[in-house]
Amino acid sequence: MSFTIPKNLEAELDELVTHYPVKRSASLMFLHALQEHFGFISNEAAEWTAGKLGLQPIHIYELVTFYPMFRQKPIGKTQVKVCRTLSCALAGAAEIREHFCRKLGLDSHAHVPQTTPDGRFTVEFVECLAACGSAPVVLVNESLHERVGKGQADEILALGK
Amino acid sequence: MSAPATAAPATSPPPLPAAETVTLKVNGRTVQVPKTMPDWQGKPQPTTMLQAARLGGVEIPHYCYHDKLPVAGNCRMCLVEFGTPALDPATRKPALNADGTPKIARSVLPYEPGTPRGAIACATPISPGMEIYADSPATKQMREAVLESLLINHPLDCPICDQAGECKLQEYSVEHGQSASGFFETKVHKPKAVDLGPRIMLDDERCILCTRCIRFSKDIAGDDALGIVNRGSYNSIAAFPGRQFDNNYSLNTVDLCPVGALTSKDFRFKMRVWFLKETRSLCTSCGTGCNIVIGSREETLYRLEPRENEAVNSSWMCDSGRLNYKWIGRADRLREVRVRGGHSTWSAALPQIQAILAKAPQGSVAILAGARQTTEELYLLKKLADRFGAVTDSVPRTGAADGFLVAADRNCNTQGARLTGIWSGTMGAQIPRIAEGIRAGGVRTLVVFGEDVTRHGIGPELLASLETLVVSDLLPSATTRAAHYLLPGCAAAEKRGTFVNVKGRLQKFLKAVEAPGDARPEMEFLWDLLEGDVARRAPANIEAIFNQMVREVPAFAGLEWARVGDTGVTVPL
Repeated sequence: MSFTIPKNLEAELDELVTHYPVKRSASLMFLHALQEHFGFISNEAAEWTAGKLGLQPIHIYELVTFYPMFRQKPIGKTQVKVCRTLSCALAGAAEIREHFCRKLGLDSHAHVPQTTPDGRFTVEFVECLAACGSAPVVLVNESLHERVGKGQADEILALGK
Repeated sequence: MSAPATAAPATSPPPLPAAETVTLKVNGRTVQVPKTMPDWQGKPQPTTMLQAARLGGVEIPHYCYHDKLPVAGNCRMCLVEFGTPALDPATRKPALNADGTPKIARSVLPYEPGTPRGAIACATPISPGMEIYADSPATKQMREAVLESLLINHPLDCPICDQAGECKLQEYSVEHGQSASGFFETKVHKPKAVDLGPRIMLDDERCILCTRCIRFSKDIAGDDALGIVNRGSYNSIAAFPGRQFDNNYSLNTVDLCPVGALTSKDFRFKMRVWFLKETRSLCTSCGTGCNIVIGSREETLYRLEPRENEAVNSSWMCDSGRLNYKWIGRADRLREVRVRGGHSTWSAALPQIQAILAKAPQGSVAILAGARQTTEELYLLKKLADRFGAVTDSVPRTGAADGFLVAADRNCNTQGARLTGIWSGTMGAQIPRIAEGIRAGGVRTLVVFGEDVTRHGIGPELLASLETLVVSDLLPSATTRAAHYLLPGCAAAEKRGTFVNVKGRLQKFLKAVEAPGDARPEMEFLWDLLEGDVARRAPANIEAIFNQMVREVPAFAGLEWARVGDTGVTVPL
């Protein structure tokens, strides 16, 4: 797989490096930008980042594998992140995730993010989304859905179809 | 490791002025230790509790700490309880007990003064009046807890693990652990049989994440190839996907690994380590002369490992040298004495060679002695040469130096050959002269030790024109095939002797295994050749020959076999 990066993104990242006293400090910002652009961080992207920052690829790979928010493979177009921290757990987060999985034909027992074969949806548990007062909450791509019940869940799915 | 008793290495710095010291107690015993000690790079740093305890005769158990690597402080095995002199809160003066001794404040949790708090001995500097409690109940409890934690996800597959018998997890479990684990949940499973590189296999489940391998690769080998991936209990050592961990020092990580995580593909599943006989020897792959330990069982070599020598190789050796031992057991090793193509014996062949040499006119003999022979052998060959006014030389053998341990000189005893007088001026310069002498008919007898001269300018047609060709070697070559007298010799692992490295370090090596067939150490039959009458001569003896050599070779003046020690001595080049 060949790896090409748009000129304007590269220019943006080159400028970003100048914000830090040590190049390495820009690692996470690079990864966020690359994931935003490509949807995931390929090994080629990790090697490119390491080259840019004067690091060895393993140093970037350590970061990519450490943070669950970084993806190593493409994920669904609609990302459904169900909060499972205390308030949401008490308010039925498990049932909501189960509902999403059943509707989408995904394995609700798996511990890792589940993506539908058509690449439309990815469903996963995440830790606290900082909206405990309106539990259970679900983050769909960038928008927060509060007090999510099964009806609202079906609406979310309808939007993503 | 015993220090050489004779001349200190020429490179050692002049004695330093009396260093500042700190007095403290280790397990109740007062010890005085230097205030600073060399760190992994040799720079003075505040002495740590681990170093002070060691000087006081107490070894504090540790996994991640290694003298030659930067301190990481991550394994927590060296946690110890300690105390420091208490200050009177009112006067800010040292508080005293009723008997006038200083009051010691034991290390405790600041928010829970009843609970002892350990410090990692590897990274905690000492202070005056400190007390280290390396065997207190609190220290023991901390060690038990750390070991239990390290074993939570460990597969406990000791019966099939290559590290068994030399594993720090096993050793510390015996010394400091407890027999039962409080963990009854399911273990985390991690990658197994990870093909890390051409010579290394990794079992991530056995790994305790001490990072010795990462630090060695980055800071010693200069190949920042390893890291820790994933998070929490899934943490694993890895190289970047698709990249090989293949630097020429990678196998040192197998030695450094305190557990069975990193294994050598060459040694893996070959032999239980407790069956191995360990013999102090030297690597013969280049002129550095890295100190090694040969692991052998019966007459088979199983592995070479580096042996610490600060004057030569620190604690390391290169992979190419380490794996360069298989040829010793090759099936086509020369194993019988042959005279003009037919099987013979030492007692038949040696007198014939003696008779030929005795009749040889001055100047009609030439000797080519490989610079991989021992210093003693080269000395005896030079003595033999002097009897007939023979020309002598060695074959230079060079490659690229790597700036670390691999030297450009690929002979292991070039300097030994020079100091004993086998060559002088330019090594190998006499070879064309010898070839010319054979061609012109002046040189009628050629003696070759450990070289295939057909590859160095004395071709088969020249060899065929000789009256007598005496060859000693280990493996067959065009030269051995042309020999009138073929005398099978020994690899370094099969004999005793010394080599002088490129920097003038004279080091001795001992015998690990028996040579195949009738092969004998060259020193022995050279001695027989020189001594003449077999019935009257004294048997060859390494100590006697070495001590005779030092009387005749000026560079070795004052040495004695018994005083060369395990790490050698430096001689003037």
